Amino acid sequence: MAIEIEGKSLETDEEGYLVNLKDWVPAVADAMAKEDDLELTEEHWEIINFLREYYEEYQIAPAVRVLTKAVGKRMGKDKGNSKYLYALFPYGPGKQACRFAGLPKPTGCI
Amino acid sequence: MAKADFETPELQEYVEVPELVAGTMAHLSPFVAKPDHNTDLNFPGELVDDWHDKAIAKLDDLRSRFRSLQVYLDSCVKCGSCTDKCHYFLGTKDPKNMPVGRQDLLRKVYRRYFTFAGKYFPKLVGAEDLTRDTLDEWYSYYHQCSQCRRCSVFCPYGIDTAEISMAAREILDSIGYGQKYCNEIIAKVNKVGNNLGLPGAALADTLEGLEEDVEDETGVAVKYPLDVKGADILLVTPSADFFAEPHVDGLIGYGKVFHEAGVSWTISSYASEAANFGMFIGSYENMRRVSLRIRKAALDLGVKRIVFGECGHAWRVAYAFLNTLAGPFDFLDPNYPVPQHILEFTWDQIQKGNLKLDKSANDDKVLTFHDSCNVARATRMGNKPGGQLEIPRNVIKAVCNNFVDMHHETIGERTFCCGGGGGLLTDDLMEIRVKGALPRMTALKNVMEEEGVTHMAAICAICKSQFTKVLPYYGMDMDQIVSIHQLVSEAIILTGQNSGDEEDEEEEDEVEA
Repeated sequence: MAIEIEGKSLETDEEGYLVNLKDWVPAVADAMAKEDDLELTEEHWEIINFLREYYEEYQIAPAVRVLTKAVGKRMGKDKGNSKYLYALFPYGPGKQACRFAGLPKPTGCI
Repeated sequence: MAKADFETPELQEYVEVPELVAGTMAHLSPFVAKPDHNTDLNFPGELVDDWHDKAIAKLDDLRSRFRSLQVYLDSCVKCGSCTDKCHYFLGTKDPKNMPVGRQDLLRKVYRRYFTFAGKYFPKLVGAEDLTRDTLDEWYSYYHQCSQCRRCSVFCPYGIDTAEISMAAREILDSIGYGQKYCNEIIAKVNKVGNNLGLPGAALADTLEGLEEDVEDETGVAVKYPLDVKGADILLVTPSADFFAEPHVDGLIGYGKVFHEAGVSWTISSYASEAANFGMFIGSYENMRRVSLRIRKAALDLGVKRIVFGECGHAWRVAYAFLNTLAGPFDFLDPNYPVPQHILEFTWDQIQKGNLKLDKSANDDKVLTFHDSCNVARATRMGNKPGGQLEIPRNVIKAVCNNFVDMHHETIGERTFCCGGGGGLLTDDLMEIRVKGALPRMTALKNVMEEEGVTHMAAICAICKSQFTKVLPYYGMDMDQIVSIHQLVSEAIILTGQNSGDEEDEEEEDEVEA
């Protein structure tokens, strides 16, 4: 599978995750969101950018609690919870937001 | 990400045994493993050219190594007891999801190549050649079995479909036709130490975050130690406990219990996983490789005890196989069970009166309990038969005022699988996961309506994740699933803990408003 971004064809896996992390550009997130009938707002981007920063440091997406805590700190305490994240990313912050951010899918008993 | 197109079954008062509809699930197969994940596990990268002969040879090898497998393949008399016992059959109507139907997929090939009647009169005994279609059918339907073993409770011969499904997956792996979800995960454990691929630094960061949160909330510095040499206890827990909700609330609870018990404990970044997917794919070698990490971590850290966190199949591997796979554990303290379950530990502390508990902290909930299949049917806790069913309930009742069980046909050793066990907890199998959850969802809905149940506790990472995902399909809320140690965590009053009056006042204000 592949996704067409800015005239380039980027390889994705069966579930639509980018195969090469380095291929990511912001337009990837926009295109993937469009496929999921979502329009990315600044709030979405806050999350996507945090995921990318965290991944760069730790080579893994943040745990849900780490993410909600960081969101709470940056965007206000009322937003530091999974309900808020699910409202932004209905397929789940871990999986959908990671895909938009170009990170591999977290797998395991989750 | 295209959403899978299927209908969620409607909940009725009872789960009726459906009329058969052949082939309803024939379209569903999980993603196939990538070559490098297979080779990491010492399997061929992709389907080998001589798969036919290799598969038959592997079946021959397995039936001679595991006598039970041959007995199971030989002894079915088609009595029908198992037919309506599988949650996947009840949710899909597909006869190949009846335990006997599933077994027969392998049995027909076994008969053709290894029995007299099958060799000479195949049609008379339902024996069939191994073809490419059969192979694909194995791949599909042996990944629609969660190896929960409910059917074996009802089989008069005790035929264990899980073992047949494990053997089938082992054959498929041996010819390079493995499942992506399981094999990718086992490869991650071998490389990083856990299913999620959480490296040590991320683990340390996550645990530090928990320490901050608990201290903020309680004023007590509860530690969540990592790689501490000389600690008494090594906690081996599913990596979902670090990562997901509600799992992490359980981990917070383990830490509080250890803190109040006054024991020193640690997590190991090398063996930061309790789960052992080697069992799901029926691979003794891979199960052993994963288990040996725990032995090495225990030796390197010099611990005296090993305690397992809330994880269903991990407890089966730990309780039933760990000593054979990675023993002897003669370097551990013989005064304690090797290994011990966190619930045994907590129950012991409760009985000794070492924990100060305020049950009313959970008064906002009415609890029921989902017995995890591997714990209920393949293990024990404590020193009495049935302890694995009693101890979790005892702990819940010690920390909650409101508890009711679901219908007796759906709990204890007759418990229904959550629908996501055995290597099926992957999005590409969502259809079978949702449909297979039907019996449990029905039982839960009934106690919600009749007894006012609000929450269901579980002691398995897979169950917790599966319910979080499927509850909304049935019109219920993902937050209704909780960890037992999350309930313990709520009720426990740590020595020196803030009184919590401020919070109480806030809540009272809300009620008045």
